[in-house]
Amino acid sequence: MEGKFPNRILPYVLLFPSIAVVVIFLIFPSVQALRLSFFEVSPFTGRGTFVGLANFRELLSSELYRHSLSITLLLATGIVGIGISVSLAVAVLANQPLRGLGVYRVALLWPYALSPAVAGTIWALLFDPSTGPTTLLIRAVTGFSPNWMMSGGYALWITVMAAAWKMLGFNVVFFLAGLQAVPREYREAAEVDGAGAAGVFWRITFPILSPVTFFLFVMNSLYAFFELFGLIDVMTQGGPGGATDILIYRLYQDAFISARWGMGSAQSILLFVMVGVLTLLQFRFAGRRVFYG
Amino acid sequence: MARPGRGRVLLVHALLVGATLVSVFPILYALQVSTLSFQEVFVFPPKLTPGREFLDNLDRAWERVGLGRLLANSAIIALSVAFGKICLSVLAAFAFTYFRNFRGKGLFFVLILITHMLPLPVRIVPMFQLMQNFGWVNSYQALTIPFFASATGTLLFRQFFLTIPPALSDAARVDGAGPLRFLLRILLPLSVNNLAALFMVEFLYMWNEYLWPLIITNSDDMRVVQVGIKMLVATDAQAEWNVIMAGVVAAMVPPLVILLLLQRSFVRSIALGQEK
Repeated sequence: MEGKFPNRILPYVLLFPSIAVVVIFLIFPSVQALRLSFFEVSPFTGRGTFVGLANFRELLSSELYRHSLSITLLLATGIVGIGISVSLAVAVLANQPLRGLGVYRVALLWPYALSPAVAGTIWALLFDPSTGPTTLLIRAVTGFSPNWMMSGGYALWITVMAAAWKMLGFNVVFFLAGLQAVPREYREAAEVDGAGAAGVFWRITFPILSPVTFFLFVMNSLYAFFELFGLIDVMTQGGPGGATDILIYRLYQDAFISARWGMGSAQSILLFVMVGVLTLLQFRFAGRRVFYG
Repeated sequence: MARPGRGRVLLVHALLVGATLVSVFPILYALQVSTLSFQEVFVFPPKLTPGREFLDNLDRAWERVGLGRLLANSAIIALSVAFGKICLSVLAAFAFTYFRNFRGKGLFFVLILITHMLPLPVRIVPMFQLMQNFGWVNSYQALTIPFFASATGTLLFRQFFLTIPPALSDAARVDGAGPLRFLLRILLPLSVNNLAALFMVEFLYMWNEYLWPLIITNSDDMRVVQVGIKMLVATDAQAEWNVIMAGVVAAMVPPLVILLLLQRSFVRSIALGQEK
């Protein structure tokens, strides 16, 4: 019997709502996006003309698109690199018998509740070129007053920090859960054998944490690729001078501002390829998550 | 492990306080600015004690973009989507774990998992066209129903149901309880932590959604609060930070409250996932 109910029809009834939503709003539009990517759609008549791979060819040879791609990769690298290293350090610190740990954990998780748009607005306030406290601090220390509305590189840095800031607590919570699963005996044994704190971390803790690290790598990359539209739209609108013109912002511009639906769909398909790679990596790695099972 | 010495404990606390400040200071500063008058924002050195203008600022933000309506819309869609996702994923997970193998089970499972690979930007143009064909542009249906399927939720509940001893449902069946009765009376009460965690994640997700509401709504009475922030930022050349931050506070208080109430369930369900 194994705890199963014998009903034959009921499981289909229970699954029907989920499957209906998936087919109508996920599968069908995705297939449609693939089809549209081979068309040039007139914004006035809505008529499509088959153009083969022309949209993709135009995209991949376009300076603007290639620029967006490299900006996005840079942004993702920054978010993943800063996010993972800082959160791992904080989690390792917090993973010891200390008073008030609960308070730190609650406080660290706060930014996770905010939307990217809210995070972007708050960071624009902090770095406001004339009144932001961070600007004033930088001016006091260096005597130089940076203005991110004029400097592209600086704007990109602030975007990276605002985005990584929002994910900090989320990453720490996952690292802490992973750290609590590291058997204490392992560390103790290594310490008895004369390994220092750094040795224990790199030889024992870090390898055992690798599944969590990898999971967070994928989550943070997906976040960098797909969730930052609100942050960019509120903060920089892709500027100054295209410095923060990430892929998703370009897609929005081409598809919904310039009404180039075929071109927009071709960009969707390229994004899909990127999610696909990340998700497959995650599935492959997830199979090896039996490190401490 | 040797207990850390006193000096080291202090150092660790100092570092953790530093990390916590990085996390919390921007939020507290936003709150602070929302209480200042327009002139006070420009005072040097910056004023770090709360002002008295919060209600005035909120009032102005309220009038400028119709904040009340925006908050109501955000609440409606976030609650509906969280509720819809929970219902659909509980039903699906129940179907996957509590019935004898049925035809198509594997295919259905893959279909639901695929939602992970198809985030909105991947299908956004055809989604917009679909909404036009359904006549759903600028409607609550467009802001809720397409989001009802949840791979995360289905996986979460399936994994949890698999940890429950089969003897439980056997006993229920022997006592004459049907599957739906078992689900409602026994399984759901056991799932409270997971229900709370999923509610939190999905509420935050939908409350914070920006791109889709921006595209699919076109009248002020259907806008959501996230888009309202952009409207506040964009209204004038010299940013009126005090008014903008009053809007930001209105947009961030509901998700912060939900997080504070439910974060324990969230953390516990992560730990549960890690154990597997």
